[in-house]
Amino acid sequence: MSALPPYATTGQRVWYYSFRVICGLIFFFLIAPIVVIIPLSFNAQDFFTFTPEMLRLDPEGFSLKHYRDFFSNDSWQSSMWNSLKIAPMATIVSVTFGTLAAIGLSQPHVPFRRAIMAILISPMIVPLIISAAGMYFFYSRIGLQGTYFGVVLAHAALGIPFVIITVTATLVGFDRSLTRAAANMGADPVTTFFRIQMPLILPGVISGGLFAFITSFDEVVVVLFVGSAGQKTLPWQMFIGLREQISPTILAVATILVAISIMLLATVEMLRRRSERLRGMSPS
Amino acid sequence: MADASNTDAFVEFERVQKSYDGENLVVKDLNLIMPKGEFLTMLGPSGSGKTTCLMMLAGFETATHGDIRLGGTSINNIPPHKRGIGMVFQNYALFPHMTIAENLSFPLEVRKMGKSEREAKVKRALDMVEMGAFGGRRPSQLSGGQQQRIALARALVFEPELVLMDEPLGALDKQLREKMQFEITHLAHRLGITVVYVTHDQTEALTMSDRVAVFEDGRIQQLAPPDKLYEEPQNSFVAQFIGENNTLEGTVKEINNGVALVQLDDGELIDCKPVNVSKPGERTRVSIRPERVEYNKERLSEGAHTLKAEVLEFIYMGDIFRTRLRVAGNDEFIIKTRNAPDQVRLKPGTQIEIGWLPEDCRALDA
Repeated sequence: MSALPPYATTGQRVWYYSFRVICGLIFFFLIAPIVVIIPLSFNAQDFFTFTPEMLRLDPEGFSLKHYRDFFSNDSWQSSMWNSLKIAPMATIVSVTFGTLAAIGLSQPHVPFRRAIMAILISPMIVPLIISAAGMYFFYSRIGLQGTYFGVVLAHAALGIPFVIITVTATLVGFDRSLTRAAANMGADPVTTFFRIQMPLILPGVISGGLFAFITSFDEVVVVLFVGSAGQKTLPWQMFIGLREQISPTILAVATILVAISIMLLATVEMLRRRSERLRGMSPS
Repeated sequence: MADASNTDAFVEFERVQKSYDGENLVVKDLNLIMPKGEFLTMLGPSGSGKTTCLMMLAGFETATHGDIRLGGTSINNIPPHKRGIGMVFQNYALFPHMTIAENLSFPLEVRKMGKSEREAKVKRALDMVEMGAFGGRRPSQLSGGQQQRIALARALVFEPELVLMDEPLGALDKQLREKMQFEITHLAHRLGITVVYVTHDQTEALTMSDRVAVFEDGRIQQLAPPDKLYEEPQNSFVAQFIGENNTLEGTVKEINNGVALVQLDDGELIDCKPVNVSKPGERTRVSIRPERVEYNKERLSEGAHTLKAEVLEFIYMGDIFRTRLRVAGNDEFIIKTRNAPDQVRLKPGTQIEIGWLPEDCRALDA
C-alpha cells in the first residue's frame, strides 16, 4: 500500500486508484447509516428527514427536544434502567462462566473438548430467532420466562461464546510452566489462578466482557421472547418506538448509544493495552 | 557422612515406574537414594526419562508405581504446592506481570510472611545472585543470563532444602553457561542445599555434580561420581555417551587374573579389563579413551599388545592434537595428544603402532 513505484504499468495505476475508491465506498456503506442519525437527532421537527432549516445550518432547525423527551419520558427511562440492570449482570455471568469454560477447555486432558466447545459457541452460530424460541419454551417450563433472572441468563448464554473465544485466544500464549512455578513456590490452585493466571489473561477477559455487555445491551430478539413488560430494555423500547410511534426520540437514543459504545470501546482498549504492557508485551 | 544410617537418605526413589499411556513405561524401575547436601545430575538423551523423574519429584506428574520419599516420608500423595521444593525451570518461568522483587516475594507471601521479613529475604536473595539493583525491573527488561539468576534466586528465597533444576542453562551462550555452572555449584555447596539437576549436556554434568545418574531407556545406566563415570563406564552406552570414546568389536578369547584377551574382528589380539563380559566366546565392545592411546613405543610396557594403525587425518586444535586413524578396520579411531614441544605431529599416510595399558581398555557389552 505504499506509493506507486515508477515502473508501474497503466493497468497497475488504474487498479491503484480504483482500489482506494472501492475501500472508500465500503467504508461509506458501513458508516453512513450510523453517522446520518447523529445530526438528525438534533432535528427541531418530529420528522426523520433533514428539514430545509437544517440544511441551511439555521440554528432554528436544531434543538435538544428529543433528548429532553428521552430523559423525561417514563417509558424511556424505565427501559434504560432495565438495560442497565440486565447488561452488567449478564456480563458478570458470561465472564465468570466463559472464562472458567475457556480455561477448562484449554486443558489437554479434558475429553470431548471440541464437541463441548462447539456446543458452548452454538448460540453465536444458531439463528437468534431459533435460540430465542427455544429459550422461550424452555424457560416457560422452569418458571424463568418473564423474570429478570431469566433475561440475565438468556443474555449470558449469548455472551459466553464471545468470552470463550477471546479468553481461549489469550490462553494459547499462556505459559503453563508459570502455574507450575507458582505451585512449586507454595501457592494453592486458587491463589495461583487469581495471582498468576488471571492477571495474564485479563486482556482477553476484558475484551470478551465488552462483547458480552454490548450483546446484552443491543439485544432485542431474545428479550422479546424471554422477557415481559417488567424487563423492557432499551432496544425493545426502540423497536416499539419505531413500529408504533415513529418518534425521533429513537434517533437521540441511538446517538447516545453510539457515544456510549465508542467510550466503552476506547476505555476497554486502553485497559487492555495497559495490562498487556504490564505483561511485558508490546500492544498489538 | 561417617554414620551411614537411614538419615542419610534424603531423597529416595523406590521401584518407581511411570507410564503416560498405560502401555509404555517412560521410567522403568527407578531406584535412587540421595543423601542431604548432594548435587546429583540426571543426565541422558531426550526421551530417556530424566525430566519425567524430576517432574515426579516436583509433584507435577504422579508415579504409576513405587514410592518417592523426601526426608523419610512418602510424598506420593502430597500436592506440589505443599512439598516445599524449589525449582528452576528451563524457560525460567518468571511472572511477566510482576517486578523482580515481586517475583521473589511471591513464595514468601503465600507463606504469609510479614512485610519487613519478606523485604529482607528478597534483598538477601537478590544480593546473593548479584542482582541487588534490579528489584524494580520487570523480567522482560532483563537479559537471558539475568533472568536465569533471578529464577535461581526465586527458587532459593524461601530456603527450601531441595532444589530441582530443569536444564536451567540451556538457553544461555557458552561463556555465560560456564560461568553460571560454577556459580550454581558454589552457591549450592555454600548453602548446603540438595540439588537435583537435569541436563543433556555431559560437560555440565561432569563439572557440576557430586554424582551423575546416566539415564537411557527409562533406567539409570550408571550412577557414579564424574571421574568414575568417565574413567570406568559400566556399559557401552555410558562409554559412548560420556566423552569421546573409541570402540573396537571382537570376541573374548580367555579371561585370566582380571585381564581379558580379546580377538578383534580382523584377527588381532588385545588385552582388556573385563567389565561386563564373563566367559570366553562372548561378543564384546572394547572401549578406549582417545587420550589413553599411546603410539610412542618407549612409553608402552614390555610385552603389551600393539595394533597397526594408519594415520588418516591430523587436526590441530591448539591445546591438543586430534588424529584420526584406521585401526582394525575402524576408520573413526581418534587419538588425542597434548601439544607439547616434543610431540610428534603425525602425517596422514604414516603407518604407526598403537598400544595402551590393559586397564584403560574396557571390554563392555556388545
